Amino acid sequence: MSSKTLKEADRVMTICNACRYCEGFCAVFPAMELRRTFSEPDLKYLANLCHNCRGCYYACQYAPPHEFRLNIPRALAELRQETYRESSWPQAMKGFFQNNGLLVSLITALSITVVLLLTLLFQGHDVLFSIHRGEGAFYRVIPYAAMVVPFTVLAVVVIVGLGKGFVNLWRATGGTTEDLMSGSAHRQAIADVLKLKYLDGGGYGCNYPDERFSMIRRYFHHTVFYGFMLCLASTTVAFFYDHLLHRPAPYPFWSWPVVLGFLGGLALLVGTGGLLYLKQQMDREPATPETLGMDVAFTVLLFLTSLSGLLLLCLRSTALMGTLLAIHLGFVLGLFITMPYGKFVHGVYRYAALLKNAVEQVREKI
Amino acid sequence: MTDGSQNGIKLSKIYDVLIVGGGNAALCAAITARECGAEVLLLESAPFVFRGGNSRHTRNLRYLHGSNNSHLTGPYLEEEFWDDLMRVTGGKTNQDLARFTIRASSNLGAWMIQHGCKFQPSMRGTLHLSRTNAFFLGGGKALMNAYYATAERLGVTILYEAEVVDLTIQDDRFTAATFESGGGRQTVEARAVVVASGGFQANIDWLKEYWGEAADNFIIRGTPYDKGRLLRVLLDKGAKAVGDPRQCHAVAIDARAPKFDGGIVTRLDCVSFGIVVNKRGERFYDEGEDFWPKRYAIWGRLVAQQPDQIAYSIIDAKSIDLFMPSVFPPIEADSIGAMAEKLMLDPAALTATVETFNSAVRSGTFDAAELDDCVTEGLTPPKSHWARPLDTPPFYGYPLRPGITFTYLGVTVNERAQVIMQNNVPAPNIFAAGEIMAGNILGQGYMAGFGMTVGTVFGRIAGKEAVRYVIENLKGS
Repeated sequence: MSSKTLKEADRVMTICNACRYCEGFCAVFPAMELRRTFSEPDLKYLANLCHNCRGCYYACQYAPPHEFRLNIPRALAELRQETYRESSWPQAMKGFFQNNGLLVSLITALSITVVLLLTLLFQGHDVLFSIHRGEGAFYRVIPYAAMVVPFTVLAVVVIVGLGKGFVNLWRATGGTTEDLMSGSAHRQAIADVLKLKYLDGGGYGCNYPDERFSMIRRYFHHTVFYGFMLCLASTTVAFFYDHLLHRPAPYPFWSWPVVLGFLGGLALLVGTGGLLYLKQQMDREPATPETLGMDVAFTVLLFLTSLSGLLLLCLRSTALMGTLLAIHLGFVLGLFITMPYGKFVHGVYRYAALLKNAVEQVREKI
Repeated sequence: MTDGSQNGIKLSKIYDVLIVGGGNAALCAAITARECGAEVLLLESAPFVFRGGNSRHTRNLRYLHGSNNSHLTGPYLEEEFWDDLMRVTGGKTNQDLARFTIRASSNLGAWMIQHGCKFQPSMRGTLHLSRTNAFFLGGGKALMNAYYATAERLGVTILYEAEVVDLTIQDDRFTAATFESGGGRQTVEARAVVVASGGFQANIDWLKEYWGEAADNFIIRGTPYDKGRLLRVLLDKGAKAVGDPRQCHAVAIDARAPKFDGGIVTRLDCVSFGIVVNKRGERFYDEGEDFWPKRYAIWGRLVAQQPDQIAYSIIDAKSIDLFMPSVFPPIEADSIGAMAEKLMLDPAALTATVETFNSAVRSGTFDAAELDDCVTEGLTPPKSHWARPLDTPPFYGYPLRPGITFTYLGVTVNERAQVIMQNNVPAPNIFAAGEIMAGNILGQGYMAGFGMTVGTVFGRIAGKEAVRYVIENLKGS
């Protein structure tokens, strides 16, 4: 075992594998039971398969202060964080996962400042603080090229970064190219993601924020996930309107981009707000303090991005539109830049682990 | 503080029902009594983090059921249950009470679910018990957490780190209990008491009365809080004993296990695939007599009878993947001589034992899942199944010690869970449930998940009967 984190994960999983009382909670334990000993790839796989539902922590007869000091959710969370660092692309960025909360906050603040300053510098005071209405109003504040070119370039970088990270993690967990091509495994993994199956703790929910079983975290997470998807759909539709139908934003309220974006934004507000509230209440023992900043920064960033978007929608016919547009784009910019180097990657890596799990489960049944 | 309250407990008032203990039986009694309307105080000697007695190490419960359901794969009817119990106890049981317990266990799962228990759907790795035994999602500690939450919600007053050390009993009638808490001694009055404080297996001094100094080398698989203090009090104050005081359920477990509370993970399932030697390097019993689950409970006693209460199971590379992974890694060596040195045994003696064993093995068809025909010939003691020569390095060794699960000595009870006194008259307001009275039904042997059955059945009865006594007594006064 090449690190302290891996050693601890190996220690706890070895004890766990001699007990197996928790096998009904989630996918980690049935996957563990397929092994007698654990290689580094095995442990990295199990770490990313863990959804931190905490059922096993409160049920554990060996949890601290027992001398075995089993804290599976924490041990796996620490290893998970290590895999985030190791899988990041380019590798020069791996340091970003340390003090991630602070860095994400700084970059976002910087993004907003830059967008505001550039707008002020190039468009001037009058444009920024005037009322702009009708088709193409947004482009009168921030010109078409200034908006589309940086975000398109950034989107490509983000997709490549996340894709490379996925492949790195897939390799690190011992995944093969052949398994990556399994259609049935992808179908199973996608279903697990869409249902957020493993936050259901065997049918009763997670033990979150405290010892009691509850579905609340799963519901809030669903709200964030589908809210994010709605916003993505809104942006995609708007892109087609603009470039194929030559209908530039802003759109009337009763149009697909606005309705999708409005619902998505509301869902993100509720979902991230709920998750932040729960996090503030949560029992810290089964979590690692190392990732708290990263978790909170990303969730707050999503919250503020949707809040600024919704405010922009409400106030777009006033003189505040220009400022709000610049601020909203600043948040979106910060979100994009930090996407491959923050909490967002958990979705990508969890998918890799669920995919591997689907492959293993199918193999096991044969 | 003379009559003030501390931690929600009011020492000035008379509780209806006092529950002594904090495991499965205690909680079933507390919940039931509270649901019947009683003011209930539960005193648990363990701190919050180790609450739940031995129940925190359990995993399943066996109950009578007529058909399959969400967590059991088929019916388990009275006659089969009865036959199973008679087989493991060899008839050492109070037959009326045993029959009564089996019948009272009918559909216990429904009551358990109502009170917070979550069962896991039947799946692999559950010892082939998925038809007869219902498995708690997350195991016994999760069940205890659920029961404690239910008891708290219902309004049971619970005090942790409160060890009851004495009961005031006059004319077979209980009036008050003395307990130690926060460094001081206090007395609390109650109209009835349910004693559900377990056996005495964690009391090494008491074990020494029967086992001598050998008991120092015993490992206690469960809670260190089962010291049998209340069992001693009840017996001293005239309760009629039941069960052989010398007997305990003893399993061969990994010698590297913690002294207490090692629980399930310290078990070793490798014995039947190799040989077991004592510290002199000699074999002493047929390792392949039967399947390990049917034999592990005699091996605790076998190891306890060896010098220094230690033995070593040795297998070779052929067998390492045939059993559940162990919590401690095996001791590995490339030759028997090297193994002897690592285990601090005499290399010559161990080599001789292995050579003798190897040459006595008759070739057969090895099958770990069957009572196969791999036997030894002309060897004493023989190995009746799974005998294969130890010839493929690396060799693996596991040290074994006796692991005590529970003791059989308890107090006699009737079908109302009332403690029977030495004059064969039941004490009107002293009830017992769980391990402290399981010896009435389990005179010897053990059956997976049956301790929890006895605890749940008698816990509920004790809770109800205690309230019945309180009501009748108040009416009379």
